[in-house]
Amino acid sequence: MSTGEKALGSVANYVDERTGAAAWMKKNLNKVFPDHWSFMLGEVTLYSFIILLLSGTFLTFWFDPSQREVLYEGEYQPLNGLKMSAAYASTLHISFDIRGGLLMRQIHHWAALLFMAAMIAHLLRIFFTGAFRKPREFNWIIGVGLVTLGIVEGFLGYSLPDDLLSGTGIRIAEAILQAIPVVGTYLAFFAFGGAFPGEAFIPRIFTVHVLLLPGIFLALITVHLMLVWYQKHTQFPGPGRTEKNVVGYSLMPIYMAKAGGFFFIVFGVTAFLSTVASINPIWLYGPYTPGQISAGSQPDWYMGWLDGLVRMSPPIETHAFGHTISWNILIPGLIVPGILFTGMALYPFIESWLTGDKREHHLLDRPRNVPNRTALGAMSLTFIVVTVINGGNDIIATNFSLTINQIMWASRIGIFVLPPLAFVITKRLCLSLQRADRDLVLHGKESGTLLRLPHGEFVEVHQPLNAHETFALTQHEQKPALVLPTFDDHGVKRPRAMLNKWRTRMSSAVSEQIQKPTPDDMKEIEHH
Amino acid sequence: MKRLSRYRKHRFASPLALLFALFLIGTTFSVANASSPKASASLSRSAAVDEGRQIFLKGCSSCHGLNAEGGKIAPSLLGVGAASVDFQVGTGRMPMADMSVQAMRKKPLYNPDQVAALANYVASLAPGPGIPGDEIMVYERDGNTAQGGELFRTNCAMCHNFAGQGGALSQGKYAPTVMGADAKTIYEAMITGPQSMPVFSDRIITPAEKLSIIKWIKGAEVEPALGGAALGRVGPVTEGLLVWTFGLGLLIGIAVWLTTKVR
Amino acid sequence: MSREVAPLSDPGLPDHVHRKADTDPIAEKKAERQVALFFAFSALGTILFIYSYLFIHHDLFIFIPILGSTNAHQLFLGLGLTCSLLFIGMGAVHWAKYLMPDNEVIAHRHEFRSPENERADFIATVKEGAAASGLGRRSIIKRSLALSMGLVGLSPLLLLRDLGPLPEKQLETTSWKTGTRLVTDPGNRPIKPADLEVGAVAQVLPELVEGQERILNNIGKDAVLLIRLRPEEFQLSPERLSWTHEGIIAFSKICSHMGCAVALYEQQTKHLLCPCHQSTFDVPRAAKVIFGPAARPLPQLAITLDSEGYLIAKQPFTEPVGPSFWERSS
Repeated sequence: MSTGEKALGSVANYVDERTGAAAWMKKNLNKVFPDHWSFMLGEVTLYSFIILLLSGTFLTFWFDPSQREVLYEGEYQPLNGLKMSAAYASTLHISFDIRGGLLMRQIHHWAALLFMAAMIAHLLRIFFTGAFRKPREFNWIIGVGLVTLGIVEGFLGYSLPDDLLSGTGIRIAEAILQAIPVVGTYLAFFAFGGAFPGEAFIPRIFTVHVLLLPGIFLALITVHLMLVWYQKHTQFPGPGRTEKNVVGYSLMPIYMAKAGGFFFIVFGVTAFLSTVASINPIWLYGPYTPGQISAGSQPDWYMGWLDGLVRMSPPIETHAFGHTISWNILIPGLIVPGILFTGMALYPFIESWLTGDKREHHLLDRPRNVPNRTALGAMSLTFIVVTVINGGNDIIATNFSLTINQIMWASRIGIFVLPPLAFVITKRLCLSLQRADRDLVLHGKESGTLLRLPHGEFVEVHQPLNAHETFALTQHEQKPALVLPTFDDHGVKRPRAMLNKWRTRMSSAVSEQIQKPTPDDMKEIEHH
Repeated sequence: MKRLSRYRKHRFASPLALLFALFLIGTTFSVANASSPKASASLSRSAAVDEGRQIFLKGCSSCHGLNAEGGKIAPSLLGVGAASVDFQVGTGRMPMADMSVQAMRKKPLYNPDQVAALANYVASLAPGPGIPGDEIMVYERDGNTAQGGELFRTNCAMCHNFAGQGGALSQGKYAPTVMGADAKTIYEAMITGPQSMPVFSDRIITPAEKLSIIKWIKGAEVEPALGGAALGRVGPVTEGLLVWTFGLGLLIGIAVWLTTKVR
Repeated sequence: MSREVAPLSDPGLPDHVHRKADTDPIAEKKAERQVALFFAFSALGTILFIYSYLFIHHDLFIFIPILGSTNAHQLFLGLGLTCSLLFIGMGAVHWAKYLMPDNEVIAHRHEFRSPENERADFIATVKEGAAASGLGRRSIIKRSLALSMGLVGLSPLLLLRDLGPLPEKQLETTSWKTGTRLVTDPGNRPIKPADLEVGAVAQVLPELVEGQERILNNIGKDAVLLIRLRPEEFQLSPERLSWTHEGIIAFSKICSHMGCAVALYEQQTKHLLCPCHQSTFDVPRAAKVIFGPAARPLPQLAITLDSEGYLIAKQPFTEPVGPSFWERSS
């Protein structure tokens, strides 16, 4: 036994003598995690969060969250002698006077973009594989909450330096607050400590950005991970993998090395991005003043969909009884996002209501085997993509010789036409893929070998799948649609007949499938 | 820029300085070339006006009218001044290649002598802003970069973007990038207001302030990569694109490597 | 539609295939050396980081293809950090993949639902507890508790009241008064009509009164754009026409949609475009919205001349500037 192993052994001994945790620790060190690349997306998110905590703490050592006016006399000459807020000046100070300060600022910002990107990719993985189903609905809701908070946290973060671009963003956020009927003006004045921009907003959002939201994040992430731990990870179906087991590698040592190593890799990749690619060059944007603006003012990508929605909204305002309601802000800025996020949070319950499925699920779905859900996901994704494209319409227009007006009209129409189209196409595609799977199981793989039959016809030899492959393509269950008759066994009309009728119809749409090969089909092939 | 002036002392700086010097010599020559016909033109102004008239009749009058009075598809040139002609024709924007929404910068059709003659001719029709001479193009000496930046952000950035990279206007028009445009061109654009661009009168933005703007633009043009590749200096759109493609793409690649079984 | 089909029989996990490093000591040694090499690279990365921090001056620029002239301090600091982190990770993963046991382990799952008797006990306990508290019976307690719980949240909410003053009339007023001179921004120079040629624009602010300072709160409401057209180009009502002077028209620069600075004036088409959400306003028709999400024209400022011939405001804005709000009446 090496000295290292001995030392670890005595640590384990020390811990157990004081906590009596030996049995519990042993069980958890042997915890099994299945291996799949898409299971690492959540880890990327978690690791970017840790990077954000580390780099963010570094930045707070010098950042001065104040809108008090100062005269800049620093290292960056093109701004020398200008009046600006202390927040902006201290960000310049971090960027140009602190060694490694610009690197850390860029790491913080790239990690934030990566955090949100990985989070969305993780969310899509969970959605398309059905990992949100019972017993994991609660974790799905926490996830939706984390996405929402992430968007807010990111927005507050890039608003802190008080540069021309972020100040424009704050101006727009204020307009959204102000647009809320009845209380909007009050909310805006309370948030900003008076009229826009005031001197209170940045100090306030600083506290929210570095204390309140990270605290909530830590709490939610802890619960999120504890649930994953306790409920054990889901796994992709395959031979030997059932609803009753988890097949993978144990935490100690494999996952400790892999996941620990992956943390350093994510950090390394973020550091590399921050070395070679500039992000948020606030010294070029200049200090914020409400009288200035730059062409192509955009938010960070995770806000791009909101900006795109606001841009495409029709110019509607109502003036009645001495009051104004700005539908052109309320609909794209609050109502549509509200519907989207509520719908997303409730989806697990909607699906289980439509399928009537109340069982636990630990085996993931292949997206093609649940055409309706996959199509719904593609539809939502298309919606967001259209809005994001419109959010960058000015940049796209100049780079692809289009006009802002064309892109705007294309997205105004596209937002209604393309998502349903994506739904139909994706659903058909899934059913075709199911058909292909069925053919593969029944007729085998194309071997590429041609055979000439006695009468001259050429045929390709098909190689039958082995038992493992066949099982992987046929293990999924194909549940029949719910049947909720209008009349019960006694011929009495059941309550809520309309709802039931609608539920039945939706349920049959949800369970539309291509019949997978049955054991009888398989036996038949063997006879051939 | 203190940072810049210090790095000039470095050993890598000398080849760069040499390049810069070569560039300077090159531009001086071209500026000299451009200004010499003006000197000769003063000797025989009427001859140059005549030459300009000939060029005008051949190349411009079909749209702008025989007497530059304008037509259905082109504006009158009365009172636009020599500066306007020098800007439009000298940067190749005029004559237009086609009837698209906007004339773009391209290789000039006429040589500097012909441009000067044309400018003289148009200037002779009605008074207008003249071509700024070399004597006032002393932005390096007289300009104030920080003030120029502030003026740029108030008056120019809304179309030309915060770093002068250009931006979209309505209906397919666009504000071109100001990077790479020479000082005289920028100055002429401000006083003449070509195409979609409004005029910035000398009483609104003084000539000294214009020089400051030019100095800031020239500084932004050579500003080195302070934090890595500039990604086009168009703001968060390219950053978002990069994080999804390179950032997340690379990490997914690594995750695939991490989870594949080895043999 | 589909019908439930019995699944095919599960052939079980495929057989474990041994890696080369499991069976071949040479391959094992090689993998071990590779891991060590990764860790060594990481150490070199840290050394590069320390060297860059201490010895590469932060004003040093070098030429790198693609990036151009690049700050060497930032570049090598970043590359050092990248290597020191990335290679630790690569080493650890390589180690796990090649040298740690790679046979898959099976752990068993149990349904989360407890056995029926335990569930019944649990539910009974909950019911007993509820009954013991008498919540169901003592309705006066229940109601008063609901009342107090409903009210207790009000105190923290009320505490937030002093976050800001009440809006009063702040959104409806600007610094523009009758007779306020228009001055350039930046520069603070008063303007005469002759200063603006046809097609010219000027970014203007109200002239500061003695002892007043230019604060952002004011700029956010006061910023105005001055545009000169040919007088015959206007298509204005007689009243609005009287608000212009010799073809010079003044609009609030704060977008009526979300408050961005609308200063993007296209001289030929005489359109004003907001770069935030692309609302387009037609200047000759009193900044009527012709495209985009804005629902109202930009407020027009009436201008005239003072005795010295400088442009002044004829009267304050007749409507609130900037984005809409609930109390706005039109």
